Amino acid sequence: MSVILILILASLFMALVFLAGFFWAVRSGQFEDTNTPSMRILFDERMPEPGTEPAKHETPKKKISAD
Amino acid sequence: MTTTNTNIETFKYDNRIVRAFAIMTVVWGIVGMLAGMLAAVELFYPGANLNLQYITFGRLRPLHTNAVIFAFVGNGMFMGIYYSLQRLCKARMWSDKLSWFNFYGWNAIIVAAAITLPLGLTTSKEYAELEWPIDIAIAIVWVAFTINLMATIIKRRERHMYVAIWFYIATALTVAVLHIVNSMEVPAGWFKSYSMYAGVQDALVQWWYGHNAVAFFLTTPYLGMMYYFLPKAANRPVFSYRLSIIHFWALIFVYIWAGPHHLLYTALPDWAQSLGMVFSLMLIAPSWGGMLNGLLTLRGAWDKVRQDPMLKFMVVAVTAYGMATLEGPTLAIKSINSISHYTSWTIAHVHTGALGWNGFLTFSVLYYLFPRLYKTNLWSTKLANYHFWIALLGMMFYIVPIYVAGVTEGLMWKQFNKDGFLQYPNFLETVVQIIPMYKLRAIGGTLYISGMFLMAYNLYKTAKAGVFEPDTEAQAAPLTRDYTEKPGKHFWHHWLESKPIIFTGLAIIAVLIGGAVEIIPMFLIKENVPTISSVKPYTPLELMGRDIYIREGCVGCHSQMIRPFRSETERYGEYSKAGEFVYDHPFLWGSKRTGPDLHRIGGKYPDAWHYNHLENPRSTSPGSIMPNYPWLLSQDLDTNALPARISALRKVGVPYPVGFENGDAQKDMQAQQAKVVTDLKVGMVTADPNKEIIALIAYLQRLGTDIKAAPVAPAAPLTTK
Repeated sequence: MSVILILILASLFMALVFLAGFFWAVRSGQFEDTNTPSMRILFDERMPEPGTEPAKHETPKKKISAD
Repeated sequence: MTTTNTNIETFKYDNRIVRAFAIMTVVWGIVGMLAGMLAAVELFYPGANLNLQYITFGRLRPLHTNAVIFAFVGNGMFMGIYYSLQRLCKARMWSDKLSWFNFYGWNAIIVAAAITLPLGLTTSKEYAELEWPIDIAIAIVWVAFTINLMATIIKRRERHMYVAIWFYIATALTVAVLHIVNSMEVPAGWFKSYSMYAGVQDALVQWWYGHNAVAFFLTTPYLGMMYYFLPKAANRPVFSYRLSIIHFWALIFVYIWAGPHHLLYTALPDWAQSLGMVFSLMLIAPSWGGMLNGLLTLRGAWDKVRQDPMLKFMVVAVTAYGMATLEGPTLAIKSINSISHYTSWTIAHVHTGALGWNGFLTFSVLYYLFPRLYKTNLWSTKLANYHFWIALLGMMFYIVPIYVAGVTEGLMWKQFNKDGFLQYPNFLETVVQIIPMYKLRAIGGTLYISGMFLMAYNLYKTAKAGVFEPDTEAQAAPLTRDYTEKPGKHFWHHWLESKPIIFTGLAIIAVLIGGAVEIIPMFLIKENVPTISSVKPYTPLELMGRDIYIREGCVGCHSQMIRPFRSETERYGEYSKAGEFVYDHPFLWGSKRTGPDLHRIGGKYPDAWHYNHLENPRSTSPGSIMPNYPWLLSQDLDTNALPARISALRKVGVPYPVGFENGDAQKDMQAQQAKVVTDLKVGMVTADPNKEIIALIAYLQRLGTDIKAAPVAPAAPLTTK
């Protein structure tokens, strides 16, 4: 049963890695804006039709129509 | 957060790698489900293997599970990750070479699995059956994938990391740790190894791994994919982005502790069982957070669901996820688990998640991707709709009969008549009772796989009708950097400083592997003091027999763990103690009783009974669904393998005397072989001592007999269940 020590240590290690990741995320502002990311992904990647110009570039602030 | 940056870069998303993974997803899906179909048929028609040893249920089951989990879901996850990650990061994969190494490496591993598993080259540990050379390959390919993933994230052009990316990171990092810890094994041949852990230890590591494989291989990558593909397809933002963040972090923290729910009422300590149960129940919250978030995203878009087959599949997938993540915690409650464990209920639960969540989400993503990769509409929406309804029906035909079977089994096993005896003392009575359910399930499987063929055809026609776009061009500004690199004298210093994450990651991996290799044996070999003095290592002949038991996959149908319930002790004998398994490398507790528990089979039947039963189970047990094993009677025992196996087991702490394998072991084996042959003669069976069946009989007759060697006072009062 003593192997449970190893499992707890490994799990704790993973938990600490993710905790560190969480702190990094908070510090680097990943959670400052929880509104626009969900909409940002909808404006990516316009598939070019054959014969038209390639994809237009993104501007950070886009007028978003109300849902 | 506006950064005026005239430095717009043009780059291309790699679609070739996505297409490659997509195609293999479909191919392996069909292969894995065909294996499942055959297995399903074998359960009511044991002759379906046509007397071929390579496709008995015992050898086929791991082929099926590995194919659908690692080949089908594995390729599916890479397909979804490679497509969505690039677009979420606004960056091409960091290394095309690593992408293709990932693809060819992973699929080569699967081919290796398809070859080795039918040959019986297996560790017997569920979802970790592949032997040690393949385990090493998995580690290498997985590290390559992780590096490619992390480096792509680091060089992203979109600072905010969308929630799907977090799910992918959790997948990559955790699977690496799980795989390495659970695959600690000592080789005893090119495709034979013994787990470093034994008995209870091995069980705990195995199910810590097993449940987290569900969490971080079957769940987190697919949740990430759900969070990308569902909003994109519905053209609606995720219902609550805040909720997605919260439930991600809650999910990954809680999941790791749920493993013990696979070991309830076994020889695992009570507090560990309770811990697993409580954390499993807590898991309902973050899991349903994900489900509700997904479904509520479709508010106002339900008309799209009606029209788009891709969304139909997605809705069912997310709903099935909710069902499975409510049922799982329910099954983790000890009192319910006491009825469900070892029954078909577990199988039904698995397939709700597998067919519903993993299957349907994979189909959804495939229907989304192919038109976009080939820049054309899906060839036939009608066919996709047929696929949807047929697959859904198939799912129902699978799950409902198997639920009924599971509850029937559980209740029949526990039934006592009014005189206090077992109502159904013959295990076969239960088997026969549920055969109709097995047949219905096979119908379900047939429907489900028919849908797969419809999908394959539809996607093929879509590809033919379209023009593949190998790269999708995109434009974005790079992230502003904090400083610029200074070439020259301090180059390496700055280089390392600027790559802290990669550096840390590599360091962590190195420390982890090094630590694991050093720490684990230290703990385990020290602990290998038997807690029951009469328990001794297996004899050489019994060892060879045990390896045959592992090879044939007997553990797939037979458990070796009698729980402390009166219904079990009446049927099987004294309940199983932790100390009896100290030399079991690997443990063979099993998780399903298609046939009866075997932990106390030793001495119950004469050798000749076993001989006849293994040759043709129906000769001793009419109605049995166990296949025939005639090759055990004709194949010679591979005695040359013995020395390597004994020395390997000594390395993991089994106290065979030094030099035992240089002659004494062989003498011991020959003496025991002769004894078995003599016993068989008494039962009117003439046998060659050098055949495999002699070894297997010796092993079976040893099972559970050690504690009878010395009188043992009864322990705590038994639970009456």
